[in-house]
Amino acid sequence: MASCACEKIDLTQEDAALDKLLDQYRDYRGGLIPVLQEAQNIYGYLPKEALQKIAKELNMPFSKVFGVVTFYAQFHLKPRGRYIARICLGTACHVRGGSKIFEAAKDHLGVDAGGTTEDLRFTLETVACIGACGLSPCMMIDEDTHGRLSPKVVGDILDKYE
Amino acid sequence: MNNLNELRAKCKEIYKQKLSRPRVVVGLGTCGIASGGDKVMAAIKKEVEARGLDVDVDFTSCIGMCYREPMVEVALPGAASVVYGDIFPDKVAQLLESHIVNKKPVYEWAAIQIPGEATPYEGIDIMEQSSYYGKQVRSVTSRLGRTNPEKIEEYIATGGYEGIEKCLQMERQAIIDEIKKSGLRGRGGGGFPTGNKWQFVYNTPGEKKYAVCNADEGDPGAFMDRSVLEGDPHSVLEGMMIAGLAIGADEGYIYCRAEYPLAIRRLNLAIAEAEKHGILGDKILGSNFSFRIKIKAGAGAFVCGEETALLNSIEGQRGMPRVRPPFPAISGLWAKPTCLNNVETYANVPFIIRKGADWYASMGTEKSKGSKVFCLTGKINNTGLAEVPMGITLREVIFNIAGGIQDGKKFKAVQSGGPSGGCLPEEKLDLSVDYDSLTAAGAIMGSGGLVVMDETTCMVDVAKFFLNFTQLESCGKCTPCREGTKRMLELLQKICDGKGELKDLDTLERLAKVIKSSALCGLGQTCPNPVLTTLRYFRKEYEAHIVDKRCPAGVCAALLCYVVVAEKCTGCGACLRACPAGAITGEKKEPHSIDTSKCIKCGACMTKCKFDAIIKA
Repeated sequence: MASCACEKIDLTQEDAALDKLLDQYRDYRGGLIPVLQEAQNIYGYLPKEALQKIAKELNMPFSKVFGVVTFYAQFHLKPRGRYIARICLGTACHVRGGSKIFEAAKDHLGVDAGGTTEDLRFTLETVACIGACGLSPCMMIDEDTHGRLSPKVVGDILDKYE
Repeated sequence: MNNLNELRAKCKEIYKQKLSRPRVVVGLGTCGIASGGDKVMAAIKKEVEARGLDVDVDFTSCIGMCYREPMVEVALPGAASVVYGDIFPDKVAQLLESHIVNKKPVYEWAAIQIPGEATPYEGIDIMEQSSYYGKQVRSVTSRLGRTNPEKIEEYIATGGYEGIEKCLQMERQAIIDEIKKSGLRGRGGGGFPTGNKWQFVYNTPGEKKYAVCNADEGDPGAFMDRSVLEGDPHSVLEGMMIAGLAIGADEGYIYCRAEYPLAIRRLNLAIAEAEKHGILGDKILGSNFSFRIKIKAGAGAFVCGEETALLNSIEGQRGMPRVRPPFPAISGLWAKPTCLNNVETYANVPFIIRKGADWYASMGTEKSKGSKVFCLTGKINNTGLAEVPMGITLREVIFNIAGGIQDGKKFKAVQSGGPSGGCLPEEKLDLSVDYDSLTAAGAIMGSGGLVVMDETTCMVDVAKFFLNFTQLESCGKCTPCREGTKRMLELLQKICDGKGELKDLDTLERLAKVIKSSALCGLGQTCPNPVLTTLRYFRKEYEAHIVDKRCPAGVCAALLCYVVVAEKCTGCGACLRACPAGAITGEKKEPHSIDTSKCIKCGACMTKCKFDAIIKA
């Protein structure tokens, strides 16, 4: 029988962190999602090798892990930008011109929804409501919420994130 | 059993101390921070230090007037406390100079005042009498914008944890009876009587039971749960503890969406503080009742707001709904009996226990008791959070509290209940806001988001917007929802593109009915509501799209026609240069014209025109 490919991976710093994480969650019920969330924090995304390792260590089929990863919007299989710009397209923002904010961000960064800039600085996403409807239209850059936007100010705000 | 008397006395003393000192308090909920509240906070600290002022600088959560954020409260001992709106860093120096140093409020910046026992200032609205708060009741939101949510002392000093203390002396059935008597119904949307739900879980035999809090507030346009979690996290913990005690659970989970990092942080802090004081954990207050609460961060799936999908997600699976029955009360988390309630429902519980079921039931209508927190958003003047007694009319909420429509435009519709709700027209404005009236009108109470739309909103576009949302968020488990929403969306797109036929409306209605009656979970069963209500109340607008090939609100790009108003056109040529399609012609200083066959309807000409000479027709 062919040996599992994950044994051949170099133990980089991230892999060591993943090992530590898995030790913590081995006997934790329903731990798959928190493990994936923290693994994504470690790597910035979820590389195939990491998913294989998680499946093996948590003793579940790879298909199940892959199924969960692809079900939730939060998980990503490709490298992401250092900053995540999420433009809100919820109802309140939609009514107040959220799509124009999105267009402005798209033009400024030169990538479409789900895209990452070449310098890996930004990933542009849309979100269906960040709960800051009182300030619509709004967007979130990582954990910072920016409200009462107009297409003109979007570029300046993005530029502040180096 | 130990009681909290000693701790409570200490907390009250600390809180009294705080109120007896001059203080400046900044609203730091997500909305306050997004408006620049943290920068205002930094500016205040700097100014206070530079001038060596004897004043405490503190923060609170969102008081509810999102439209006036960033908000800063200034209070001097013995005087009314004044809450200022739109305080940006450049106003800080003048504010402190006037109110703290010279002891004179800056009247023109003041939003409201809270006199307490002091004499009110003349010329500033008193909170309870102001147009925004006058018709509100503040119960669940009473601590929002008033206390520091990161200090357990302030929660305890203001009556916090009296509920669980009282319940520990009661029979478990008596607690459930009290909740039943209060008439509290689920605040997440369904409106199921909370006491009955608790009774089911109580009656189900089992050693292990769970109390779960649904904080996966995903409805676009709703943020009351975030506001409560950020502003009064302990009230949710206390509500869950009381539920746990009543139903016989020793473990609770809060499933909070990951888009609310501040709420998660404040919850974690609240749990740690409550554990430190022996209020949460093993043998609470020396009784035999043990209860632990864990937080699970959601991973970005709207359907996880559906109770059984949420349970699957906590278990680490894909968040797909389960077939009911069995209901979670019988077989929920890890197949154990589970009591699942929403944030606002749990937050109501300590108040009901403390003030009594009769007090609670005295508010509201016959079948919808108590108060409900609404999020007012869209094209209104005052966006924000408002807690109103059930039975108030939509008109009072929109035109009194929310201050009417922005820019003097005309009201067109109000959307209640998010993607599961419906759009109600002007003639429904006098409808009483309660579970049954809203359902009868085709909308639902939902979580309490009210998105107001004016004449510039296209109702077909709104219906398409919601369906696009539910279609993307459909988990794919059952066919009616997975395939049906897709087909409905195609039809709406066809109508917006000007290719609709009248028979499409019948097909839409038929599909909607099939999905409603056959989808597996709440998401599917309610997602046709926005289409059905717009068809019911705004059918003429659909017909205009189909028959006249016209979008009356001027939103649907394919049906628009840009024209030059010859009287206003100066012939400057700005539009001509801006047009990417070469559709505009005209001599200099002569009115230009647009060739509609070449026009790609991008709107660039209209944006560029300085004379408002190009209009959408």
